[in-house]
Amino acid sequence: MGMILTLFKREIASFFATPVAYVFITIFLILSAVFAFFIGSLYEREQADLLPFFNFHPWLYLFLVPAIAMRTWSEERKSGSIELLMTLPVSSLQAVIAKFLASWAVLGLSLLLTFPLWLTINYLGEPDNGVVVAAYIGSWLMSGAFLAIGMCMSAMTKNQVVAFILAVVVCFLFVVSGSNIVLDAFKNWAPSMLIDTVASFSFLTHYESLAKGVIALNDVGYFCISIVIWLYASLLIIERKKAD
Amino acid sequence: MIYVKNLTKIFGDFVAVNHLSFDIQPGDVVGFLGPNGAGKSTTMKMLTGFITPDDGDILIDDLSIYEDAKKIKQKIGYLPEGAPAYGDMTPLQFLNFIAAIRGLKGDLKRQRISHVINRIDLQSVLDKPIDNLSKGFKRRVGLAQALLHDPQILILDEPTDGLDPNQKHQVRELIQNLARDKIVIISTHILEEVSALCNRVMIIAAGQMKFNGTPKELIQKSKYHNAITLHLSYPSDTSGFLDVPGIVDILSDRASGKVTLLTEPGKDILHDVNKHIHERRLPVDTLYVEPGRLDQVFRELTQGGKD
Repeated sequence: MGMILTLFKREIASFFATPVAYVFITIFLILSAVFAFFIGSLYEREQADLLPFFNFHPWLYLFLVPAIAMRTWSEERKSGSIELLMTLPVSSLQAVIAKFLASWAVLGLSLLLTFPLWLTINYLGEPDNGVVVAAYIGSWLMSGAFLAIGMCMSAMTKNQVVAFILAVVVCFLFVVSGSNIVLDAFKNWAPSMLIDTVASFSFLTHYESLAKGVIALNDVGYFCISIVIWLYASLLIIERKKAD
Repeated sequence: MIYVKNLTKIFGDFVAVNHLSFDIQPGDVVGFLGPNGAGKSTTMKMLTGFITPDDGDILIDDLSIYEDAKKIKQKIGYLPEGAPAYGDMTPLQFLNFIAAIRGLKGDLKRQRISHVINRIDLQSVLDKPIDNLSKGFKRRVGLAQALLHDPQILILDEPTDGLDPNQKHQVRELIQNLARDKIVIISTHILEEVSALCNRVMIIAAGQMKFNGTPKELIQKSKYHNAITLHLSYPSDTSGFLDVPGIVDILSDRASGKVTLLTEPGKDILHDVNKHIHERRLPVDTLYVEPGRLDQVFRELTQGGKD
């Protein structure tokens, strides 16, 4: 545990020693506001909730989370510092967990910094703050799943650009598998069980109710299991490819 | 001690390390020599637990690399090739991070950090990001990191690469002054470094051990060992040297005017050569006995006899 904390602190320090964290948080705040107000019509709906804000998070994460995940392992392998890290008395699992938690903490911080939006709707009306908190937690959980995918892609290649593109593509598949466009394509020929299976893999399906403030065990479980599986995959990949 | 038996590593269809066996005792300073791609770095990476061998055993202080990798890693200080570090950190932050990972705490931590900073002369760059440091300083930060926890075993992959002659000297002094009961393994391309630093030399080529012995034994393998080289003021006939007992061949270099007399191993012929020069009144202005030529031995061992 102490080891993970030490590595975690280093990762966080590295985020803030370079412009990465600042740029990420700024862009995240600007884009989430743009989506919520201009596309989601937060004002015009005249409802005191943050649904238009949360609804766009999957699409926002689709590009922003791979951007923050792409450096986690690629940079380490490219610069060779992975050789240093892996010959310190640190296990690969500790390194994977620490790196994940550090990036996830930055994502959490970005989410927390959207609080003026929450203040705004509280000023304008009387929202159900329980729902808002639940939606924040749901969004953070989902960002963790995006992050775990991104880290796994980053573990596969030394090239950050390749890692980014792979992560966006895989995340995109997980997002759209629940959208009507994809499901319609299956509808005419596939058995309903297959359609349900495809839909159940989607981040959208599981995020939908979370964004409305319903914390259901299967949705939370889905994101948690996704995180664990993708982190485990990146652990296996790192073990195999660290010396390449 | 380090005990390596039949160590093998294969990348695809390239055999990087091929049934390598050796053992190293405390107090040994071992120089790994070999051409590029010979398997030196791969061997070091396996010793430090970075990559897993495909076959063979590594035992370090009776711990197996397969089962007790973490305990072994605690005993080793390692400078990887190219001295990688976290470039966004300053040397001070970096050393603090390594100290925390190594489990150093409180007074001991402060004491060790200031000790390595003084030993390696890092004071002037402590607060600059490592990315902005010169190659020499980066290498020294890597060395500081490897020495930080005062390890029993120090493995340094090309520690003096990229350093200027002064810095090279400093690093060599540092290695020489380490406690006598430690194991130090360094890899290098610089042949002289090995005779200056090490009491054991291992030459590796194509993943196999070509030589394992003392630097003295290595240089004795040279055909120039105990050869006599002399310089003539003006060209004259030197073929008469072949009559001196013990001389097997004469190599003359017309451009420099140098003549080298190769001798039978183990024969001391300086006296006879002197006598011959006096008798024939040869215009010799310089004369010395060669210790041997490391580069020639190295080539012979690693290229299979081609000169």
